[in-house]
Amino acid sequence: MTKIEAIIQTSRLDAVKSSLHEVGVEGMTVIEVRGHGRQKGHTEFYRGREYTVDLIPKIKLEMVVSDEIVEKAVQAITGAARTGKIGDGKIFLTRIDDAIRIRNDERGDAAL
Amino acid sequence: MRKLVSKIVLLFVCLSTLACLAQSAGADARIAKLEQQVLEAKGSADNAWMLVSTALVLMMTGPGLALFYGGLVRKKNVLATMMQSFAMMAIITVLWGLVEYSLAFGSGTSFIGGLQHLFLRGVGAAPEPDYAGTIPQQTFMVYQLMFAIITPALITGAFAERMKFSAMALFMVLWSLLVYAPMAHMVWGKGGLLNAALGGRFPTLDFAGGTVVHITSGVSALICAIYLGRRIGYPHEPMPPHSVVLSFIGACLLWVGWFGFNAGSALAAGSLATSAFVATHFAAAAATIGWIAAEWLRNGKPSALGAISGAVAGLVAITPAAGFVGPMSAIAIGLIAGIFCYVMVAKVKARFGYDDSLDAFGVHGAGGTIGALLTGVFATSVINPIFKDAQGNAVASGMVEGNAHQLLNQFVGVLVAWAIAIVGTLVILKVVDMTIGLRVTDEHEIQGLDLSQHGEEGYYWEASAS
Repeated sequence: MTKIEAIIQTSRLDAVKSSLHEVGVEGMTVIEVRGHGRQKGHTEFYRGREYTVDLIPKIKLEMVVSDEIVEKAVQAITGAARTGKIGDGKIFLTRIDDAIRIRNDERGDAAL
Repeated sequence: MRKLVSKIVLLFVCLSTLACLAQSAGADARIAKLEQQVLEAKGSADNAWMLVSTALVLMMTGPGLALFYGGLVRKKNVLATMMQSFAMMAIITVLWGLVEYSLAFGSGTSFIGGLQHLFLRGVGAAPEPDYAGTIPQQTFMVYQLMFAIITPALITGAFAERMKFSAMALFMVLWSLLVYAPMAHMVWGKGGLLNAALGGRFPTLDFAGGTVVHITSGVSALICAIYLGRRIGYPHEPMPPHSVVLSFIGACLLWVGWFGFNAGSALAAGSLATSAFVATHFAAAAATIGWIAAEWLRNGKPSALGAISGAVAGLVAITPAAGFVGPMSAIAIGLIAGIFCYVMVAKVKARFGYDDSLDAFGVHGAGGTIGALLTGVFATSVINPIFKDAQGNAVASGMVEGNAHQLLNQFVGVLVAWAIAIVGTLVILKVVDMTIGLRVTDEHEIQGLDLSQHGEEGYYWEASAS
């Protein structure tokens, strides 16, 4: 089992969700975050004072998938999230020890 | 036979004369009654307008100013900021009724009124002709109360996010008695030193409170900002407004409410009220344009916060002039004030480094000063024949009409306002600081005033609270 953490542009969320559903990924958690990599922020003005905002709003997706479909899921994400500009985001993969379904105690791949 | 006829004719003549006399006496009585009813109808119209104006001015404080200021502070201080305005609505009302009205508008010296209206004694349905001859004095009193409420509320913008609630309440009570009441008395009260309408020594034209309300509060705000010191983290830590949306709504309520503030200062529902209404509106519009033009040039984009700040600056500047100038002069005043206040807020504040958090001085102090001076320039007797010669004919009011001397009087009024604000505020700050302390602790300031002063949070958007 692998956990996929993907940080993407907020405008690409709908496209990424549809793309993941098409490859069979049904469960995911969506979090609103702020951050930056190499992307520069922007400036705002309030009554003549300049504020540099360098923490940019992004969407973070988290999902745990079985190892068979990890690569398909990653491709689904990159395909839908890519715009070609700096700020598109990143994907991180980590190994998961176990997964449990709360409703009926199922474990492992069956719980995904 | 002839004797009988002449007796009948005589009787007839007497009777018809008596009938005529009786009819004209009846007509006189009816005319007198009609005149009385006309007076009452006119008084009703005036009173209706004045009661509406009173409500409009209260709305300027709550929720106008509360929202305007509330949106400009950080989220953790929103309630505390709004509460400061609301507290004025409560505290000043009681103070006004007990003693402050008497001190401001009673008869006394050139500087302060007496105590004849303590506990509002003698303030009832009968008009007070020196102030407003067609409305109950009680209407006049409650109208002026709304001014006394908003003036200290304006000061709260200077020490936002760092003043103790208790200290603020005590400060405002003392300030109302030592600064507002004397200034109001001098400009508007019977025998006041600066009263233009009632023969003051240095007649200062101040229609609705450019000196009384805006200069006193704005300059006091500056003193408070300097005395209390900067907020923790100012100026390098970004502290943008948590909700320009709230400020926007507040500013619009201020614009609409200002019609009560300025046009209501005509104290009657006639053409002078209309003139002041129009001048007020045009100045706000022109100042909006002035501010965003300056901002657009300097920053490349016109901001919503800039637009509403400009409007407020224009409204401040037209306040002393509203009932003395025409619409074109109002546009000029607004344009100048919009640009001038923008410079004060965007450049001068940064240059001197004082933390006037919500620009109470930059908008009200500066706007009020420039407005009061421009009143001396643009005032015309055509709009309002306030100065009369010995024969009762109107003489020139302001510089454009040929009375450049009035500019000097305006200077005196402005100087008095500055002086009383500076001295009074310094003394009161010292007293309050020595007794209960002015500023919250660093820990409380960082935690936020909503929690530390009031035990509340403005927004409780927790996922668990469903």
